[in-house]
Amino acid sequence: MRITLRVWRQPGPEAQGEFRTYEAPEVSEDMSFLELIDAVNEDLLEKGEEPIACDSDCREGICGMCGVMINGLPHGPSEGTATCQLHMRKFQDGDLIEVEPWRAAAFPVIRDLVVDRSAFDTIIESGGYVSVSTGSAPDANEILVPKSASDAAMDAAACIGCGACVAACPNSAAQLFTSAKLAHLNLLPQGQPERWDRVEIMVDTMEEFFGSCTNHGECEKACPKEITIDFIAMMNADYVKSKFKNRRRLGQKKAG
Amino acid sequence: MQLNSSVPPGPIADKWENHKFSLPLVNPNNKRKFDIIMVGSGLAGASAAATLAELGYNVKVFCYQDSPRRAHSISAQGGINAAKNYQNDGDSVFRLFYDTVKGGDYRSREANVHRLAEVSVDIIDQCAAQGVPFAREYGGLLDNRSFGGAQVSRTFYARGQTGQQLLLGAYQALCRQIAKGKVEMHTRTEMLDLVIEDGIARGIVTRDMLTGEIRSHSAHVVVLGTGGYSNTYYLSTNAMGCNNTGTWRAHRRGAFFANPCYTQIHPTCIPSSDEFQSKLTLMSESLRNDGRIWVPKQADDTRSPDLIPEAERDYYLERRYPAFGNLVPRDVASRNAKSMIDVEKGVGQRKNGVYLDFSDAIARDGVQLITEKYGNLFDMYERITGEDPYKVPMRIYPAPHYTMGGLWVDYNLMSNVPGLFVIGEANFSDHGANRLGASALMQGLADGYFVLPYTIGGWLSGLLNTKPLPVDHEAFRKTEAEVADRINGFLSCRGSRSADWFHRELGKILWNYCGMARTESGLEKALSEIPALRSEFEKNLRVLGTNEQLNQSLEKAGRVADSIDLAELMCQDALHRRESCGGHFREESQTEEGEAKRDDENFTYVAAWESQGPGHAAALHKESLDFENVALTQRSYK
Repeated sequence: MRITLRVWRQPGPEAQGEFRTYEAPEVSEDMSFLELIDAVNEDLLEKGEEPIACDSDCREGICGMCGVMINGLPHGPSEGTATCQLHMRKFQDGDLIEVEPWRAAAFPVIRDLVVDRSAFDTIIESGGYVSVSTGSAPDANEILVPKSASDAAMDAAACIGCGACVAACPNSAAQLFTSAKLAHLNLLPQGQPERWDRVEIMVDTMEEFFGSCTNHGECEKACPKEITIDFIAMMNADYVKSKFKNRRRLGQKKAG
Repeated sequence: MQLNSSVPPGPIADKWENHKFSLPLVNPNNKRKFDIIMVGSGLAGASAAATLAELGYNVKVFCYQDSPRRAHSISAQGGINAAKNYQNDGDSVFRLFYDTVKGGDYRSREANVHRLAEVSVDIIDQCAAQGVPFAREYGGLLDNRSFGGAQVSRTFYARGQTGQQLLLGAYQALCRQIAKGKVEMHTRTEMLDLVIEDGIARGIVTRDMLTGEIRSHSAHVVVLGTGGYSNTYYLSTNAMGCNNTGTWRAHRRGAFFANPCYTQIHPTCIPSSDEFQSKLTLMSESLRNDGRIWVPKQADDTRSPDLIPEAERDYYLERRYPAFGNLVPRDVASRNAKSMIDVEKGVGQRKNGVYLDFSDAIARDGVQLITEKYGNLFDMYERITGEDPYKVPMRIYPAPHYTMGGLWVDYNLMSNVPGLFVIGEANFSDHGANRLGASALMQGLADGYFVLPYTIGGWLSGLLNTKPLPVDHEAFRKTEAEVADRINGFLSCRGSRSADWFHRELGKILWNYCGMARTESGLEKALSEIPALRSEFEKNLRVLGTNEQLNQSLEKAGRVADSIDLAELMCQDALHRRESCGGHFREESQTEEGEAKRDDENFTYVAAWESQGPGHAAALHKESLDFENVALTQRSYK
């Protein structure tokens, strides 16, 4: 099939960007979307034009490195699918496809379709872990975890950190990403000792970079792992509770 | 040069315990005086960096991705082995050790494997405490499954995303140390060379992938956790960015490369659909627990699978290996699939697959149970192929997946270059000639959490009150200049072909002659074609843009150049090893039944290759392998 691509080209973080149009006359429907970009890049290289910079790594939908806006939708038209798992059979012969980087103040464009998502790492660094140094763990079966808790924690932990939730949100909020990590850890017995500190610090850190949630629900729809916004509700409830729970420590030095 | 494996004396079960006691300790107050460079942030790199920082060392971590959470360990699906014997089915440290040595076709170092089995139990404890959401029984205890041909249930798993969850556990531990300032994280930074002075590893030279800045980093010790070399084949299950530059540059600086011909071709991947294919997708091996593998009995049978009656199907694994059936080890399953396709029994449009059929399992257990076990894998298959595996059998075919070879290390995980340690898939140590399922995650985390943090002290304790070499030392300056020259070479070549084109061509040569089955004449052919490809690469490469920008074609060019060199060494090693063992199948060396035939008399050794510089064949060093606890037998899965 024949596909026309309108792709955002921007030589560097400070440079002015623009859309450029590229024709792909022979696209196989078994190709993945990123393989189409590869093919266009081979073409460009041959013509002496610099290839489109575009991030991807595992191409199995698990590493979270890829992710672009495809016709205005993060990761494109297929639900529950990362950009690398999107295949051209989802498009029609003659389609025009518009490709842009994530658009969010917290994710500045580095070049073309590549953005800087390090704000996500900063959120995890602020408290997205259980403080357990290597060697100090008890026997694994001494910590009983109800299957339902473990399953729900796994649903949340499936987040791949791609940033589609932020890109989809009209406010560029990162509630879904942050709440998924909080739910993963806070639903488990292992996460309880640090639960209230964790929610407070991670939410506060998130708000340094990202916009506020106004319950549009676009994030859930865009998430390639179909993570539910129920976790945002849990985060909000825990955040409010943390303000009371953490008051118990008034007068004490904060841990960590 | 005599290779000293530094395996401690004593009975196998006591070696590690005694060795830990005999290793010199570094006083907690002195740990903060030592700087460690860690290249790679996968399971091995992230777990080691976090643990070393917890101990008090200063760690610098480098990864090429935009976040350490993306390392390719994340793609591992199936699980992680541990000799917990929670299922009361007869597992033990010794059994896991025995299975791993046997599974590796008796080409691994006994002492390393035993240590791996010993610490396997601690890994599960550590990961569970971190909050890794392992699958649970209704009573809240950990669930296990049998995996990859093991006859006990010792595999722990987190749905079909075990690698992801274990990596996120290690990543989170790493993040905790980054926040504490004990780890300095360098993302989108690629190691391009190792710096050696006076025969000792002193640091690395990196390129900032956003700005092109070439920079030196100095430390008391350099650790490589840079993964394996499956991407040398171009099409593999590895991530697009996985590359050999870290290990290959170290090899060029003197580190021995061990057993490069030991590669694992995984039996259950989705066959390639067209020539544009950029990578192959693995479907977890756990699928073989319930799926039945078959091909039509008739060659060139183009009927759709549901129209082929039971009597005209050949369940060839069940027929040939009644005891293990569809659960034979990976190398056996892969070779058998190839043998079917070689006689025109392949299925699918390109006749490049065999069926993996779930209809019996669905009839037996119901759709719900099958969905619970494999739902995400079935969805992934459907997304990629457009076919629904609940209705139509999956098509699978082998693909390069894991490499057992790697830089040579001693029992302490130190290479022959003092001060250079190598962990995880990047080293050669524990899997022999073939790796068992659910053992890669185990080894990566064993090295990172529980082995390196002890053994590295043995090296560092000798360096007390010494400073790392300053980065303005001539050794660093000289290496930086060499790195810059190489980059300029790629940029100024101005030929007509992309780095990807060369990579694809290299992949074809390697897959054809150094893939699932290898012959003397095929390998010689590869060894004549690879140098020709290299000289074409040197003349005709095209890289646009500059160094001072994000330049993905430039990154690729350097990686492909190193892959071409490594491919040659893989073929050289495969040619010299005139026996079949594990993943290395030499057609000249097989039993009457077509099974791999080892030559223990002549090849019970590790082949460690020493670089003699570009254009010269590497020199062979041998570390002989002694088996005192496991008797060498011909593997049989009949």
